Formats: sequence, C-alpha cells, structure tokens
Amino acid sequence: MSDGGPARRGGGPGRAGRGGEEPVVPRARPDSYYGRPVLKEPVWEAENVASYLFFGGLAGASSLLAAFAQLTGNRELPTVSKVAAAGAIGLSVAALVRDLGRPARFLNMLRVFKVTSPMSVGSWLLSGYGPAAGAAAALAVTGKLPRAGAAATAAAAALGCGVSTYTAALICDTAVPAWHDGHREMPFLFAGSAASAAGGLGLLAVRPEHSREAARFAVLGAAAELTAKSLMMRRLGAASEPYQTGRAGKLMETGEVLAATGLAGAVLSGRNRVIAGLAGAALLAGSVLTRFGVFEAGRASARDPKYTVAPQRERLAHAAAAVRPDT
Amino acid sequence: MTDLPDLLPASLPVIDPAERAGYADHPPRLGFFTDTSVCIGCKACEVACKEWNAVPDDGLLLTGMSYDNTEQLSATTWRHVAFIEQIGSRGDGPPGPDGSPGRLPGAADGWPGAADGTRWLMASDVCKHCSESACLDVCPTGALMRTEFGTVVVQEDICNGCGNCVSACPFGVIARAETDGGAHKCTLCYDRIGDGLTPACAKACPTESIQFGPVDELRDRARERVGELHESGVTQARLYLDNPQDGIGGGGAFFLLLDEPEVYGLPPDPVVTTRDLPRMWRHTAAAAAGLAVAAFAACLHGARERS
Repeated sequence: MSDGGPARRGGGPGRAGRGGEEPVVPRARPDSYYGRPVLKEPVWEAENVASYLFFGGLAGASSLLAAFAQLTGNRELPTVSKVAAAGAIGLSVAALVRDLGRPARFLNMLRVFKVTSPMSVGSWLLSGYGPAAGAAAALAVTGKLPRAGAAATAAAAALGCGVSTYTAALICDTAVPAWHDGHREMPFLFAGSAASAAGGLGLLAVRPEHSREAARFAVLGAAAELTAKSLMMRRLGAASEPYQTGRAGKLMETGEVLAATGLAGAVLSGRNRVIAGLAGAALLAGSVLTRFGVFEAGRASARDPKYTVAPQRERLAHAAAAVRPDT
Repeated sequence: MTDLPDLLPASLPVIDPAERAGYADHPPRLGFFTDTSVCIGCKACEVACKEWNAVPDDGLLLTGMSYDNTEQLSATTWRHVAFIEQIGSRGDGPPGPDGSPGRLPGAADGWPGAADGTRWLMASDVCKHCSESACLDVCPTGALMRTEFGTVVVQEDICNGCGNCVSACPFGVIARAETDGGAHKCTLCYDRIGDGLTPACAKACPTESIQFGPVDELRDRARERVGELHESGVTQARLYLDNPQDGIGGGGAFFLLLDEPEVYGLPPDPVVTTRDLPRMWRHTAAAAAGLAVAAFAACLHGARERS
C-alpha cells in the first residue's frame, strides 16, 4: 500500500525500438497490458459534445434569468436572454445530432424513457424545452400573445433548470475515471458555469443600467463554479491529476482565471459599459474553457490505464485491510 | 488475491438478470467460463467469431509489443486473445494480499518456462455480459437489451450511435464502428444459442479454454478447476468476475487468470457506474434548485432598484 498501488510503479509502455535501451521484446508492465488503456476513450468529439455541454448550460440558465428578470420588471434583459436561450439550444441540439454515429436516427432517442440513462432523460427534457424556449424568444421579439409568451417563458425556465444541469449526470454516469469520480461536485460546477455564462452574456449584450440582474447572476454562478471546482480537486486528491496536467490542465486553469477575472469585473463594472462587456466576455469564455477542460480531463483519464487501475487497487487494499485488521 | 475463492461462502444470493428484465419464464442463464490456464493463444476463437458473425476485418497491422496483433476488443473484434510475455526475475511483482513482498508467480513453482523465470500468458477476452450492465443502463434508445438468456445484445437496427455505452463500459468492450456509426459487441452468438448451438468461439476452441453453458454450472466447474490448480501447486490461479457480489453483480462471462487482472488489461475491481446514479440525480436536482434560487436572488434586488 505504501507505493499507492501498482500503477505508480511502472514507467512508460516500453515499446520496442524507442530510445534504444528497451529489450527487443518489451517486458509487460505488471500494472497494465503493455500500457494499453483498460477503457475505451469516449468517442465523443470535443467540438460537438463539449460545445453541447456549454450551449445547454447557457440556454437553460438564460431562460431562468429571463423569467425572473421579467417578473421583477426588467424590460431589456429578458428579451436578450430569451433569444440567447433559443439560439444556444439550437446549437446545442445541432452539436448533439452531429456527434451521433447515425444522425438520421436521432428520433430513436424518444423511443423509450429511462431514468437509468441521463441521455434519455436529457432528450425528453430538450424536446420539451426547445419549443418552449423558441416560442418564448419569438413572442418576446414580436411582442405578440403576451399570455402565451409568459407561459412559454415559465415553461422554459422550469425545464431550463434541468437542461443546464443534467449533462453533469450524463458525463459522470460513465466508467471514465475523472468524470465518474467527480460526480458529487460536477452538477454544482455545471450549474455555476451555466449561470456564469448566462449572466456574462447579459452583461455583454445589455446596457449596464438593465443588466444588474445578469451581473449578480454571473457573480453567484462564477463563485459557485470556482468553489465546486476547488472542492472537487481537494476531494479527488491524487485522482485530480487529469484535471491539472496536459491540455485539460491548461484549459481548466485558463477557465478559472477568466471566471475569476469576470467575477471581479462584474462586481466592479457598475455603470461602465466597457468593463461590463469585458467581464461578460471573460465569463462566457471561462465557461467554455471549463467545459472543454472537464471534457479533455475525462478523455485523458480514460486513455491512461493507471487512472483506472490504481484507484481500484487502493479500494481492494482497503477492503483487504478491513478483512484482516492486523495488517 | 490468490486465495480469494476460498474466502467466498459456498452459496451467495445471485442476481437473475433475465428475471429482473421482466422475463417471467426463461431458460437458464448462459455464459462463458474462459480458463486461461489451458489457452494456447491460437486465436481460433477470434477467427470463428469473425466468420460466424460476419464481422469486418481490422487490417493486418503488427503492434510490435507481443504476438498479439489484435490489441483489444472493438466494434469489429468480439474475441481478443491477449498475449503476455513475462521475462526475467520477477522480484518487482505486486505485494501479496497479506502484505508479503512482491514476487510475480511462476519463478519457482514448476510452471513451464520457470527455470529462467520466463512465462507466456494467453487469455481470450470477451464481453462480460455483466449482471448489472452499465452499457444497457445508459443506452438512451433501448438498442441494448437483455435477452432471455441473461446476455446483453445490441439491436443494430435501433442503435443511433450516440456513444454513451462506449464510455459507460468498465472493461472497454463495446465500441462504435467507423463504417456504420453504430455500437457493436459480442452477442454470445444469440442466433446460435437460441437453437441450442454452442457459440462460435467456444465451438472452435481446441483446448476447451472457452467453455459455454449455464452460468451456475460453469461457476461450479470453475471453482473445482481453481482448486485442482492450487493443489497441483499453481497457487497464482484465481477466478475473475465469478463472484455475484462483486461490482458488476458477477459476469455472465468470467475467467480463470494466472496473474493480476490488470496484467491482462482487465480492471482489478470494476464497479458499474449506475450504482452511483441515484446520488448523481440527487446532486443534479439540488444544483438545479440552487440555480433557480440564484436567478431569483439575482433579480429580486432588481425590482427594488427600479422601485
């Protein structure tokens, strides 16, 4: 146990012909099958599925912001947020369909309803949310049928809560170590990231005197995102490595800096249009990078067998120690 | 881990996956017991599987890592023969379950090739047909289904290639094909076993390393076999995924291995991800509620600002 499991011991995969010092037939590492991954790397493309995570979050949280801002008498922010929600959910669904191996069979998602499948739950949520968000935006822009508009706005807000968070369950309900092991904090991280993006968009697109709601929403969101992320890293301990190294590490770190900068900007912007706009852009960019970072961390953790084997070895060692307390 | 089978009580509560899937009256659960101690690495199972199931070839590529040029299970490889060459002194093996110093088995136990500390391990890997299947749980279309035999199959005409099952499988078995965009894996020869035939791989296996039959019988046979091996001094023999109380509820396909599972590219203690899904949904619901509260709080102040 002192060495933290067998996966820490080995070096690289040790393939023949590299570096000239390896034997002709390389020795099998005791901790993996010739360095080959145990898991299959997710087949999802970052440009599709990480975008889908971002746009879904932006859409759902924008619908919520629009509904409450409208309720409390804001006259500019709701329309902008509703249009953003409708556009974002369109892009989100398009990205999802584009990523399917057989896009023509997209509607098979609605063949069954399964709570054991976050993707199934999400498909049903999206098929209710999409039309509601679209109607809310169209009626807000045209100013027609105010009652129907209010109903669509309320429906989009209610379903938007689920749309912006279910994707956390979707990626965590996998065997991918970095995703699954982060399942306690991921929904809060995603909710925070969604609020940060929706608030950021409001700050960017609406005059400061009408975007204070957006600024406060963004501040709460960015704070939640940064807190959830740091709690997750602390709980994961050594298993947080995929989030802190390589491409994923760079994305996560930059996302964090942008979120923190945007948060500060949103607090300080006041009536300054330029600072508010820059803060909004930073928050949006931070949310994008965080989603791509989480996505890349998952892929990296599936690629390297040590992230699969070492925690399982530790679990077995704990179980064995519990059976034989004398060791 | 070598004495794990001895730790198990004689009878354990067993999940009946077919019954749980709603088959009131169903035939006995069928599966594979792959005894790697008699595998000779001939790859007849790989070929028979491809022939019977008309699975496309993977091209002729040399990996350079061992005599295994198949590398892994995939959408077009439903049986994969792993080949491991262990050379030289093995003082750096994993520590024993009792904390004893590490020594890879084989060096002084009379195993063929033990004189110079070299041995070859061969093992035919396959879909485990888990009692609790993550791939089936997360499939949003219902394309993955449980058969009356307790096995898991993909209905190819329904799968829309979403790829969720690929990320959910703790063994990296199921994969998406480049050719048709759908997910594919071992069917345990669903089209043969329904007619009382043996799956192609088991039929072709010349050493009965791959044994097919009712899972209950195979489990008994496997325990008997591991006992025999221990008696004859092969103490490193251990069963893998035979325990109905493990993280996947036991495999419909399970194995007798001669080293740690990870040496064969298998996870040492897989747990089906959906066991944690209730907590994921609870946390998601809490996060969604928190988001609504945050939006409300952010706007509440706005009304006061304007009033």
